[in-house]
Amino acid sequence: MHKVVIPIGPQHPALKEPESFSVTLSGEKIMKFSARLGYNHRGIEKACEERTYVQDVYLTERICGICSHSHSTCFTQAVEEIAKVDVPKRALYIRTLVGELERIHSHLLWLGVAGHEVGFDTLLMYTWRDREVVMDILAMLTGNRVNYGINMIGGVRRDVSAEQAKAILKAMDTLEERTKYYIQVATQETTLIQRLSGVGILSHKDALKLGAVGPTARASGVNRDVRRDDPYAAYSEVKFKVITDDHNDVYGRTLVRMGELLESYSIIRQIVKKMPEGPIITKVPRKIPAGEATSRYEAPRGEDMHYVKANGTEKPERVKVRAPTLANIQTVAKMLEDRQLADLPIVIAAIDPCFSCTDRLTGIRQTGKRKKNVLKWEELHTYSITFYKEHGIDFTDLNKKMAKALK
Amino acid sequence: MIRPGKMLKQVLDSIFRKPATTNYPFTKAVMPDKFRGKIIFHPEKCIGCKMCMRDCPAGAIQIRKIGDKKFECEIDLGKCIYCAQCVDSCLKKALETTKEFELAALERNKLKVTYHADTGEVSKE
Ligand code: SF4
Ligand code: SF4
Repeated sequence: MHKVVIPIGPQHPALKEPESFSVTLSGEKIMKFSARLGYNHRGIEKACEERTYVQDVYLTERICGICSHSHSTCFTQAVEEIAKVDVPKRALYIRTLVGELERIHSHLLWLGVAGHEVGFDTLLMYTWRDREVVMDILAMLTGNRVNYGINMIGGVRRDVSAEQAKAILKAMDTLEERTKYYIQVATQETTLIQRLSGVGILSHKDALKLGAVGPTARASGVNRDVRRDDPYAAYSEVKFKVITDDHNDVYGRTLVRMGELLESYSIIRQIVKKMPEGPIITKVPRKIPAGEATSRYEAPRGEDMHYVKANGTEKPERVKVRAPTLANIQTVAKMLEDRQLADLPIVIAAIDPCFSCTDRLTGIRQTGKRKKNVLKWEELHTYSITFYKEHGIDFTDLNKKMAKALK
Repeated sequence: MIRPGKMLKQVLDSIFRKPATTNYPFTKAVMPDKFRGKIIFHPEKCIGCKMCMRDCPAGAIQIRKIGDKKFECEIDLGKCIYCAQCVDSCLKKALETTKEFELAALERNKLKVTYHADTGEVSKE
Protein backbone atom coordinates (compact mmCIF):
# COMPACT_ATOMS: atom_id res chain seq x y z
CA MET A 1 0.00 0.00 0.00
CA HIS A 2 1.00 3.58 -0.54
CA LYS A 3 2.96 5.07 2.34
CA VAL A 4 2.14 8.45 3.79
CA VAL A 5 4.31 10.43 6.18
CA ILE A 6 2.35 12.60 8.57
CA PRO A 7 4.08 15.24 10.62
CA ILE A 8 2.49 15.87 14.00
CA GLY A 9 3.63 19.02 15.69
CA PRO A 10 5.70 20.92 16.73
CA GLN A 11 2.54 23.00 17.01
CA HIS A 12 -0.51 20.79 17.06
CA PRO A 13 -3.86 21.15 18.80
CA ALA A 14 -3.57 17.67 20.33
CA LEU A 15 -0.18 18.31 21.90
CA LYS A 16 0.19 19.97 25.25
CA GLU A 17 3.82 20.72 24.66
CA PRO A 18 5.58 21.53 21.41
CA GLU A 19 7.18 18.36 20.11
CA SER A 20 7.59 17.00 16.65
CA PHE A 21 6.58 13.49 15.68
CA SER A 22 6.73 11.99 12.27
CA VAL A 23 4.52 9.00 11.56
CA THR A 24 4.83 6.86 8.46
CA LEU A 25 1.50 5.28 7.69
CA SER A 26 0.33 2.56 5.42
CA GLY A 27 -3.41 2.95 5.50
CA GLU A 28 -4.26 3.15 9.19
CA LYS A 29 -1.22 1.19 10.20
CA ILE A 30 1.86 2.85 11.65
CA MET A 31 5.01 1.70 9.86
CA LYS A 32 7.47 3.97 11.55
CA PHE A 33 7.32 6.50 14.34
CA SER A 34 10.01 8.96 15.21
CA ALA A 35 10.10 11.77 17.71
CA ARG A 36 12.25 14.81 17.34
CA LEU A 37 13.06 16.55 20.58
CA GLY A 38 14.43 20.03 20.89
CA TYR A 39 11.50 22.41 20.75
CA ASN A 40 11.48 23.09 24.45
CA HIS A 41 15.10 23.77 25.12
CA ARG A 42 15.38 26.29 27.92
CA GLY A 43 19.10 26.14 28.67
CA ILE A 44 18.51 25.27 32.31
CA GLU A 45 21.82 23.46 32.73
CA LYS A 46 23.75 26.47 31.51
CA ALA A 47 21.65 28.76 33.68
CA CYS A 48 22.49 26.56 36.68
CA GLU A 49 26.17 27.03 36.02
CA GLU A 50 25.71 30.77 36.13
CA ARG A 51 23.89 30.85 39.43
CA THR A 52 24.80 29.94 42.97
CA TYR A 53 23.80 26.67 44.60
CA VAL A 54 21.14 28.46 46.64
CA GLN A 55 19.53 29.82 43.49
CA ASP A 56 19.90 26.58 41.56
CA VAL A 57 17.58 24.74 43.91
CA TYR A 58 14.71 26.93 42.69
CA LEU A 59 15.85 26.68 39.12
CA THR A 60 16.02 22.87 39.09
CA GLU A 61 12.62 22.85 40.73
CA ARG A 62 11.30 24.50 37.60
CA ILE A 63 12.61 21.84 35.23
CA CYS A 64 9.26 20.12 35.58
CA GLY A 65 5.95 21.48 36.78
CA ILE A 66 4.65 18.11 37.92
CA CYS A 67 7.70 16.44 39.42
CA SER A 68 9.29 19.66 40.61
CA HIS A 69 10.18 18.23 44.00
CA SER A 70 11.89 15.28 42.32
CA HIS A 71 14.29 17.49 40.44
CA SER A 72 15.10 19.79 43.32
CA THR A 73 15.65 16.85 45.70
CA CYS A 74 17.83 15.11 43.16
CA PHE A 75 19.94 18.24 42.78
CA THR A 76 20.27 18.97 46.49
CA GLN A 77 21.20 15.35 47.14
CA ALA A 78 24.07 15.61 44.69
CA VAL A 79 25.31 18.87 46.20
CA GLU A 80 24.98 17.53 49.73
CA GLU A 81 27.02 14.52 48.75
CA ILE A 82 29.82 16.70 47.40
CA ALA A 83 29.78 18.97 50.45
CA LYS A 84 29.53 15.93 52.73
CA VAL A 85 26.73 17.36 54.85
CA ASP A 86 24.66 15.30 57.18
CA VAL A 87 21.10 16.26 56.49
CA PRO A 88 18.93 16.06 59.64
CA LYS A 89 16.68 13.02 59.82
CA ARG A 90 13.53 15.05 60.09
CA ALA A 91 14.38 16.92 56.90
CA LEU A 92 14.83 13.62 55.06
CA TYR A 93 11.45 12.48 56.29
CA ILE A 94 9.79 15.68 55.13
CA ARG A 95 11.43 15.33 51.71
CA THR A 96 10.12 11.80 51.43
CA LEU A 97 6.68 12.93 52.52
CA VAL A 98 6.47 15.67 49.90
CA GLY A 99 7.97 13.32 47.32
CA GLU A 100 5.25 10.75 47.88
CA LEU A 101 2.50 13.36 47.90
CA GLU A 102 3.87 14.51 44.59
CA ARG A 103 3.74 10.95 43.25
CA ILE A 104 0.09 10.73 44.29
CA HIS A 105 -0.88 13.93 42.53
CA SER A 106 1.10 12.97 39.45
CA HIS A 107 -0.40 9.49 39.16
CA LEU A 108 -3.93 10.78 39.70
CA LEU A 109 -3.28 13.40 37.06
CA TRP A 110 -2.04 10.69 34.71
CA LEU A 111 -5.09 8.55 35.29
CA GLY A 112 -7.30 11.46 34.28
CA VAL A 113 -5.23 12.22 31.18
CA ALA A 114 -5.25 8.57 30.16
CA GLY A 115 -9.03 8.51 30.56
CA HIS A 116 -9.28 11.62 28.43
CA GLU A 117 -7.07 10.18 25.67
CA VAL A 118 -9.31 7.15 25.30
CA GLY A 119 -12.48 9.22 25.45
CA PHE A 120 -13.41 8.31 29.02
CA ASP A 121 -13.78 11.87 30.23
CA THR A 122 -15.86 10.88 33.23
CA LEU A 123 -12.72 9.33 34.68
CA LEU A 124 -10.82 12.56 34.01
CA MET A 125 -13.37 14.68 35.85
CA TYR A 126 -13.55 12.46 38.90
CA THR A 127 -9.83 11.73 39.29
CA TRP A 128 -9.01 15.38 38.97
CA ARG A 129 -11.63 16.27 41.52
CA ASP A 130 -10.08 13.81 43.94
CA ARG A 131 -6.61 15.04 43.09
CA GLU A 132 -7.60 18.34 44.70
CA VAL A 133 -7.40 16.60 48.08
CA VAL A 134 -3.70 15.99 47.70
CA MET A 135 -3.11 19.39 46.10
CA ASP A 136 -4.67 21.02 49.15
CA ILE A 137 -2.40 19.00 51.41
CA LEU A 138 0.64 20.08 49.42
CA ALA A 139 -0.48 23.70 49.56
CA MET A 140 -1.00 23.43 53.30
CA LEU A 141 2.43 21.88 53.89
CA THR A 142 4.54 23.97 51.57
CA GLY A 143 2.53 27.07 50.79
CA ASN A 144 1.89 26.51 47.10
CA ARG A 145 0.21 23.95 44.90
CA VAL A 146 3.07 23.63 42.45
CA ASN A 147 6.78 24.35 42.87
CA TYR A 148 6.71 23.68 46.56
CA GLY A 149 10.03 25.36 47.33
CA ILE A 150 10.57 23.08 50.29
CA ASN A 151 14.14 22.02 49.60
CA MET A 152 17.29 23.83 50.52
CA ILE A 153 20.84 22.61 50.44
CA GLY A 154 21.18 20.98 53.86
CA GLY A 155 17.54 20.33 54.66
CA VAL A 156 14.04 21.65 54.16
CA ARG A 157 12.50 25.06 54.70
CA ARG A 158 9.22 24.25 56.37
CA ASP A 159 8.34 21.98 59.23
CA VAL A 160 5.30 19.75 59.59
CA SER A 161 3.13 20.43 62.63
CA ALA A 162 1.09 17.86 64.55
CA GLU A 163 -2.16 19.25 63.16
CA GLN A 164 -0.87 19.02 59.64
CA ALA A 165 0.17 15.44 60.24
CA LYS A 166 -3.38 14.71 61.32
CA ALA A 167 -4.79 16.37 58.22
CA ILE A 168 -2.43 14.33 56.04
CA LEU A 169 -3.56 11.05 57.59
CA LYS A 170 -7.18 12.01 57.10
CA ALA A 171 -6.57 12.88 53.47
CA MET A 172 -4.81 9.55 52.97
CA ASP A 173 -7.93 7.71 54.13
CA THR A 174 -10.12 9.62 51.66
CA LEU A 175 -7.68 9.08 48.84
CA GLU A 176 -7.24 5.40 49.59
CA GLU A 177 -10.97 4.85 49.45
CA ARG A 178 -11.17 6.71 46.15
CA THR A 179 -8.19 4.87 44.67
CA LYS A 180 -9.73 1.53 45.59
CA TYR A 181 -12.82 2.65 43.74
CA TYR A 182 -10.76 3.53 40.65
CA ILE A 183 -9.03 0.17 40.81
CA GLN A 184 -12.48 -1.38 40.77
CA VAL A 185 -13.40 0.75 37.78
CA ALA A 186 -10.19 -0.20 35.97
CA THR A 187 -10.58 -3.90 36.60
CA GLN A 188 -14.33 -4.12 35.97
CA GLU A 189 -15.23 -1.49 33.43
CA THR A 190 -15.08 -3.51 30.24
CA THR A 191 -14.82 -0.55 27.85
CA LEU A 192 -11.65 0.61 29.58
CA ILE A 193 -10.11 -2.86 29.71
CA GLN A 194 -10.85 -3.51 26.06
CA ARG A 195 -9.48 -0.17 24.98
CA LEU A 196 -6.22 -0.45 26.92
CA SER A 197 -5.40 -4.16 26.70
CA GLY A 198 -2.97 -5.15 24.01
CA VAL A 199 -2.28 -1.52 23.14
CA GLY A 200 1.29 -0.25 23.18
CA ILE A 201 2.96 -3.56 23.86
CA LEU A 202 6.51 -3.40 25.16
CA SER A 203 7.97 -6.79 25.88
CA HIS A 204 10.17 -7.40 28.90
CA LYS A 205 13.18 -7.82 26.64
CA ASP A 206 12.52 -4.57 24.77
CA ALA A 207 11.96 -2.68 27.98
CA LEU A 208 15.40 -3.75 29.16
CA LYS A 209 17.02 -3.17 25.80
CA LEU A 210 15.61 0.33 25.36
CA GLY A 211 16.37 1.28 28.94
CA ALA A 212 12.81 2.07 30.00
CA VAL A 213 12.33 3.43 33.50
CA GLY A 214 9.58 3.89 36.05
CA PRO A 215 6.04 2.56 35.63
CA THR A 216 6.67 2.00 31.91
CA ALA A 217 9.40 -0.50 32.72
CA ARG A 218 7.64 -1.98 35.74
CA ALA A 219 4.55 -2.72 33.67
CA SER A 220 6.79 -4.86 31.47
CA GLY A 221 7.94 -6.86 34.44
CA VAL A 222 11.19 -4.99 35.07
CA ASN A 223 11.53 -5.06 38.82
CA ARG A 224 13.41 -1.84 39.30
CA ASP A 225 12.83 1.07 41.64
CA VAL A 226 15.49 3.48 42.87
CA ARG A 227 13.62 3.89 46.13
CA ARG A 228 14.36 0.26 46.96
CA ASP A 229 17.54 -0.40 44.98
CA ASP A 230 19.46 2.69 46.02
CA PRO A 231 17.49 4.21 48.90
CA TYR A 232 17.75 7.95 49.37
CA ALA A 233 16.01 10.29 51.85
CA ALA A 234 14.05 8.13 54.32
CA TYR A 235 13.16 5.24 52.02
CA SER A 236 15.48 2.82 53.77
CA GLU A 237 13.30 3.15 56.86
CA VAL A 238 9.91 2.45 55.36
CA LYS A 239 8.43 -0.73 54.03
CA PHE A 240 6.83 -0.84 50.63
CA LYS A 241 6.35 -3.13 47.69
CA VAL A 242 7.62 -2.38 44.22
CA ILE A 243 4.62 -2.87 41.98
CA THR A 244 5.25 -4.75 38.76
CA ASP A 245 2.94 -6.18 36.19
CA ASP A 246 3.31 -8.50 33.24
CA HIS A 247 0.58 -7.22 30.97
CA ASN A 248 3.28 -5.30 29.05
CA ASP A 249 0.66 -2.89 27.70
CA VAL A 250 -1.10 0.35 28.58
CA TYR A 251 -3.50 -1.56 30.79
CA GLY A 252 -0.55 -2.89 32.77
CA ARG A 253 0.84 0.62 33.13
CA THR A 254 -2.51 1.75 34.51
CA LEU A 255 -2.52 -1.06 37.07
CA VAL A 256 1.08 -0.34 38.10
CA ARG A 257 0.35 3.33 38.71
CA MET A 258 -2.74 2.55 40.75
CA GLY A 259 -0.88 -0.01 42.78
CA GLU A 260 1.83 2.55 43.41
CA LEU A 261 -0.79 4.95 44.68
CA LEU A 262 -1.79 2.48 47.37
CA GLU A 263 1.88 1.97 48.29
CA SER A 264 2.35 5.73 48.52
CA TYR A 265 -0.49 5.99 51.02
CA SER A 266 1.13 3.36 53.16
CA ILE A 267 4.57 5.03 52.89
CA ILE A 268 3.08 8.35 53.95
CA ARG A 269 1.35 6.78 56.95
CA GLN A 270 4.63 5.23 58.05
CA ILE A 271 6.53 8.48 57.50
CA VAL A 272 4.06 10.51 59.54
CA LYS A 273 4.15 7.95 62.34
CA LYS A 274 7.92 7.57 62.44
CA MET A 275 8.94 11.17 61.84
CA PRO A 276 11.70 11.95 64.34
CA GLU A 277 11.89 15.23 66.24
CA GLY A 278 14.77 17.59 65.67
CA PRO A 279 16.09 20.32 63.42
CA ILE A 280 15.05 20.49 59.79
CA ILE A 281 18.11 22.16 58.36
CA THR A 282 21.88 22.29 58.83
CA LYS A 283 23.97 25.17 57.75
CA VAL A 284 25.97 24.53 54.61
CA PRO A 285 28.73 26.90 53.51
CA ARG A 286 28.01 28.81 50.31
CA LYS A 287 31.18 27.57 48.71
CA ILE A 288 30.95 23.89 47.90
CA PRO A 289 34.32 22.07 47.83
CA ALA A 290 35.52 20.68 44.52
CA GLY A 291 34.13 17.30 43.65
CA GLU A 292 31.45 15.57 41.64
CA ALA A 293 28.41 13.50 42.40
CA THR A 294 25.60 11.72 40.64
CA SER A 295 22.27 11.47 42.33
CA ARG A 296 19.30 9.28 41.47
CA TYR A 297 15.68 9.77 42.38
CA GLU A 298 12.58 7.76 41.58
CA ALA A 299 10.31 10.45 40.15
CA PRO A 300 6.67 9.56 39.37
CA ARG A 301 7.69 9.01 35.74
CA GLY A 302 10.79 6.97 36.50
CA GLU A 303 14.38 7.36 37.43
CA ASP A 304 15.64 10.92 37.39
CA MET A 305 19.36 11.57 37.39
CA HIS A 306 21.40 14.65 38.18
CA TYR A 307 25.12 15.06 37.85
CA VAL A 308 26.82 17.97 39.57
CA LYS A 309 30.44 18.98 39.37
CA ALA A 310 31.68 21.52 41.89
CA ASN A 311 34.87 23.52 41.64
CA GLY A 312 35.17 25.05 45.07
CA THR A 313 33.22 28.22 44.28
CA GLU A 314 29.66 29.29 44.96
CA LYS A 315 28.55 28.11 41.54
CA PRO A 316 28.62 24.62 40.08
CA GLU A 317 30.88 23.97 37.14
CA ARG A 318 28.56 21.54 35.45
CA VAL A 319 25.02 20.36 36.04
CA LYS A 320 23.56 17.58 33.96
CA VAL A 321 19.96 16.45 34.14
CA ARG A 322 18.54 13.25 32.68
CA ALA A 323 14.78 13.35 33.04
CA PRO A 324 12.81 10.08 32.96
CA THR A 325 10.99 10.88 29.73
CA LEU A 326 14.25 10.87 27.80
CA ALA A 327 14.76 7.25 28.81
CA ASN A 328 11.19 6.34 27.94
CA ILE A 329 10.63 8.16 24.67
CA GLN A 330 12.61 5.55 22.72
CA THR A 331 10.16 2.87 23.77
CA VAL A 332 7.24 4.65 22.10
CA ALA A 333 8.55 3.89 18.61
CA LYS A 334 8.68 0.21 19.54
CA MET A 335 5.22 0.26 21.10
CA LEU A 336 3.68 1.80 17.98
CA GLU A 337 5.22 -0.49 15.40
CA ASP A 338 2.47 -2.08 13.29
CA ARG A 339 -0.24 -0.51 15.41
CA GLN A 340 -3.25 1.58 14.48
CA LEU A 341 -2.95 5.34 14.23
CA ALA A 342 -5.83 5.70 16.71
CA ASP A 343 -3.62 4.18 19.42
CA LEU A 344 -1.01 6.88 19.10
CA PRO A 345 -2.37 9.39 21.64
CA ILE A 346 -2.86 6.89 24.44
CA VAL A 347 0.45 5.11 23.80
CA ILE A 348 2.35 8.38 24.01
CA ALA A 349 0.32 9.44 27.04
CA ALA A 350 0.98 6.09 28.72
CA ILE A 351 4.66 6.82 29.28
CA ASP A 352 3.44 9.99 31.01
CA PRO A 353 5.73 12.15 28.92
CA CYS A 354 7.05 15.48 29.99
CA PHE A 355 8.88 16.96 27.06
CA SER A 356 9.95 20.20 28.63
CA CYS A 357 11.94 18.29 31.23
CA THR A 358 13.49 16.14 28.54
CA ASP A 359 14.96 18.85 26.38
CA ARG A 360 18.44 19.29 27.65
CA LEU A 361 20.93 19.75 24.92
CA THR A 362 20.54 20.84 21.37
CA GLY A 363 23.46 19.84 19.22
CA ILE A 364 23.68 22.33 16.38
CA ARG A 365 25.65 21.37 13.35
CA GLN A 366 26.94 23.78 10.78
CA THR A 367 24.81 23.37 7.72
CA GLY A 368 25.49 24.40 4.17
CA LYS A 369 29.05 23.20 4.25
CA ARG A 370 30.23 19.72 3.50
CA LYS A 371 32.19 19.43 6.68
CA LYS A 372 29.96 18.61 9.60
CA ASN A 373 31.23 19.81 12.90
CA VAL A 374 29.74 20.70 16.23
CA LEU A 375 29.70 24.41 16.95
CA LYS A 376 31.49 25.84 19.96
CA TRP A 377 29.71 28.24 22.29
CA GLU A 378 31.29 31.38 20.75
CA GLU A 379 30.63 30.18 17.21
CA LEU A 380 27.03 29.49 18.09
CA HIS A 381 26.78 32.99 19.51
CA THR A 382 28.14 34.64 16.34
CA TYR A 383 26.06 32.32 14.19
CA SER A 384 22.87 33.30 15.97
CA ILE A 385 23.65 37.01 15.68
CA THR A 386 24.31 36.82 11.95
CA PHE A 387 21.30 34.55 11.45
CA TYR A 388 18.97 37.08 13.02
CA LYS A 389 20.63 40.00 11.23
CA GLU A 390 20.00 38.30 7.92
CA HIS A 391 16.38 37.97 8.95
CA GLY A 392 16.15 41.63 9.80
CA ILE A 393 16.38 41.44 13.57
CA ASP A 394 19.23 43.23 15.24
CA PHE A 395 20.23 42.14 18.71
CA THR A 396 23.32 44.33 19.03
CA ASP A 397 21.75 46.64 21.59
CA LEU A 398 20.45 43.79 23.64
CA ASN A 399 23.81 42.06 23.49
CA LYS A 400 25.53 45.14 24.81
CA LYS A 401 23.03 45.39 27.60
CA MET A 402 23.48 41.70 28.44
CA ALA A 403 27.26 42.03 28.51
CA LYS A 404 26.90 44.98 30.86
CA ALA A 405 24.49 43.14 33.11
CA LEU A 406 26.74 40.11 33.31
CA LYS A 407 29.75 42.18 34.36
CA MET B 1 -18.53 -8.25 37.70
CA ILE B 2 -17.12 -7.07 34.40
CA ARG B 3 -19.56 -4.75 32.73
CA PRO B 4 -19.78 -1.33 31.10
CA GLY B 5 -21.12 1.76 32.84
CA LYS B 6 -19.23 1.07 36.04
CA MET B 7 -19.09 4.76 36.91
CA LEU B 8 -22.73 5.43 36.11
CA LYS B 9 -23.85 5.30 39.73
CA GLN B 10 -21.19 7.80 40.71
CA VAL B 11 -22.23 10.14 37.92
CA LEU B 12 -25.89 9.99 38.90
CA ASP B 13 -25.00 10.56 42.54
CA SER B 14 -23.16 13.73 41.59
CA ILE B 15 -26.27 15.33 40.16
CA PHE B 16 -27.50 15.87 43.69
CA ARG B 17 -24.21 17.17 45.05
CA LYS B 18 -22.73 20.62 45.20
CA PRO B 19 -20.29 21.33 42.37
CA ALA B 20 -16.64 20.57 43.19
CA THR B 21 -15.47 23.80 41.61
CA THR B 22 -15.61 27.25 43.17
CA ASN B 23 -17.00 30.32 41.55
CA TYR B 24 -13.74 32.26 41.27
CA PRO B 25 -13.35 35.27 40.86
CA PHE B 26 -16.76 35.92 42.44
CA THR B 27 -15.87 33.83 45.47
CA LYS B 28 -12.43 34.77 46.64
CA ALA B 29 -9.87 31.99 46.75
CA VAL B 30 -8.37 31.51 50.19
CA MET B 31 -4.64 30.93 50.23
CA PRO B 32 -2.93 28.61 52.73
CA ASP B 33 -1.00 30.10 55.64
CA LYS B 34 2.45 29.49 54.23
CA PHE B 35 1.54 30.85 50.82
CA ARG B 36 4.33 32.62 49.00
CA GLY B 37 2.66 35.57 47.34
CA LYS B 38 3.69 39.15 46.72
CA ILE B 39 6.76 40.17 48.71
CA ILE B 40 6.55 43.34 50.78
CA PHE B 41 9.39 45.40 52.19
CA HIS B 42 9.72 47.15 55.54
CA PRO B 43 12.23 49.97 54.96
CA GLU B 44 12.72 50.69 58.66
CA LYS B 45 14.21 47.24 59.28
CA CYS B 46 16.57 47.04 56.30
CA ILE B 47 20.27 47.51 56.91
CA GLY B 48 21.30 47.30 53.28
CA CYS B 49 23.30 44.09 53.44
CA LYS B 50 21.91 43.06 50.05
CA MET B 51 21.82 39.37 50.91
CA CYS B 52 18.37 39.24 49.35
CA MET B 53 19.75 40.54 46.05
CA ARG B 54 22.56 38.04 46.15
CA ASP B 55 20.28 35.04 46.65
CA CYS B 56 17.36 35.96 44.44
CA PRO B 57 17.33 33.39 41.62
CA ALA B 58 15.47 35.69 39.25
CA GLY B 59 17.27 38.96 39.84
CA ALA B 60 13.93 40.46 40.73
CA ILE B 61 14.88 42.47 43.78
CA GLN B 62 16.97 45.64 43.97
CA ILE B 63 18.01 47.42 47.14
CA ARG B 64 19.19 50.99 46.73
CA LYS B 65 20.75 53.32 49.24
CA ILE B 66 18.99 56.67 49.17
CA GLY B 67 20.40 58.31 52.24
CA ASP B 68 22.07 57.70 55.53
CA LYS B 69 20.89 54.24 56.63
CA LYS B 70 17.93 54.59 54.33
CA PHE B 71 17.17 52.01 51.70
CA GLU B 72 14.51 51.57 49.13
CA CYS B 73 13.57 48.37 47.45
CA GLU B 74 12.34 47.65 43.98
CA ILE B 75 10.72 44.31 43.19
CA ASP B 76 9.89 43.35 39.65
CA LEU B 77 6.74 41.28 40.03
CA GLY B 78 7.10 40.08 36.47
CA LYS B 79 10.48 38.57 37.16
CA CYS B 80 9.83 37.31 40.68
CA ILE B 81 9.21 33.57 40.88
CA TYR B 82 7.76 33.82 44.41
CA CYS B 83 10.23 31.43 45.96
CA ALA B 84 10.60 33.59 49.09
CA GLN B 85 14.32 32.92 49.25
CA CYS B 86 14.84 36.66 49.85
CA VAL B 87 12.60 36.42 52.91
CA ASP B 88 14.70 33.54 54.24
CA SER B 89 17.96 35.28 53.40
CA CYS B 90 17.08 38.53 55.16
CA LEU B 91 18.35 38.34 58.70
CA LYS B 92 16.57 41.55 59.70
CA LYS B 93 13.12 40.35 58.62
CA ALA B 94 12.73 43.36 56.37
CA LEU B 95 10.98 41.30 53.71
CA GLU B 96 7.75 39.43 54.15
CA THR B 97 5.48 37.23 52.06
CA THR B 98 1.81 38.04 51.71
CA LYS B 99 -1.18 36.09 50.50
CA GLU B 100 -1.70 38.45 47.58
CA PHE B 101 -1.62 36.60 44.28
CA GLU B 102 -3.71 38.58 41.80
CA LEU B 103 -0.78 40.51 40.45
CA ALA B 104 -1.35 40.60 36.70
CA ALA B 105 -1.05 43.97 35.01
CA LEU B 106 -1.58 45.17 31.48
CA GLU B 107 1.59 47.22 31.36
CA ARG B 108 5.00 45.90 32.12
CA ASN B 109 6.19 48.89 34.13
CA LYS B 110 3.20 48.55 36.45
CA LEU B 111 4.80 45.33 37.61
CA LYS B 112 7.77 47.17 39.04
CA VAL B 113 6.96 48.03 42.60
CA THR B 114 9.15 50.41 44.55
CA TYR B 115 8.99 50.61 48.31
CA HIS B 116 10.30 54.05 49.24
CA ALA B 117 12.08 54.48 52.50
CA ASP B 118 9.65 57.14 53.78
CA THR B 119 6.37 56.68 52.04
CA GLY B 120 5.95 52.94 51.58
CA GLU B 121 4.80 51.49 48.30
CA VAL B 122 4.56 53.44 45.08
CA SER B 123 4.32 51.89 41.65
CA LYS B 124 6.57 53.21 38.96
CA GLU B 125 5.01 55.26 36.25
S1 SF4 C 1 18.59 41.11 53.11
FE1 SF4 C 1 17.12 42.29 54.32
S2 SF4 C 1 18.36 43.76 55.42
FE2 SF4 C 1 19.65 42.96 53.77
S3 SF4 C 1 19.34 44.40 52.09
FE3 SF4 C 1 17.86 42.75 51.81
S4 SF4 C 1 16.02 43.50 52.82
FE4 SF4 C 1 17.69 44.76 53.55
S1 SF4 D 1 10.55 35.73 46.08
FE1 SF4 D 1 12.32 34.78 45.08
S2 SF4 D 1 12.29 35.61 43.00
FE2 SF4 D 1 10.95 36.92 44.22
S3 SF4 D 1 12.27 38.59 44.89
FE3 SF4 D 1 12.32 37.04 46.51
S4 SF4 D 1 14.08 35.75 46.04
FE4 SF4 D 1 13.62 36.94 44.20
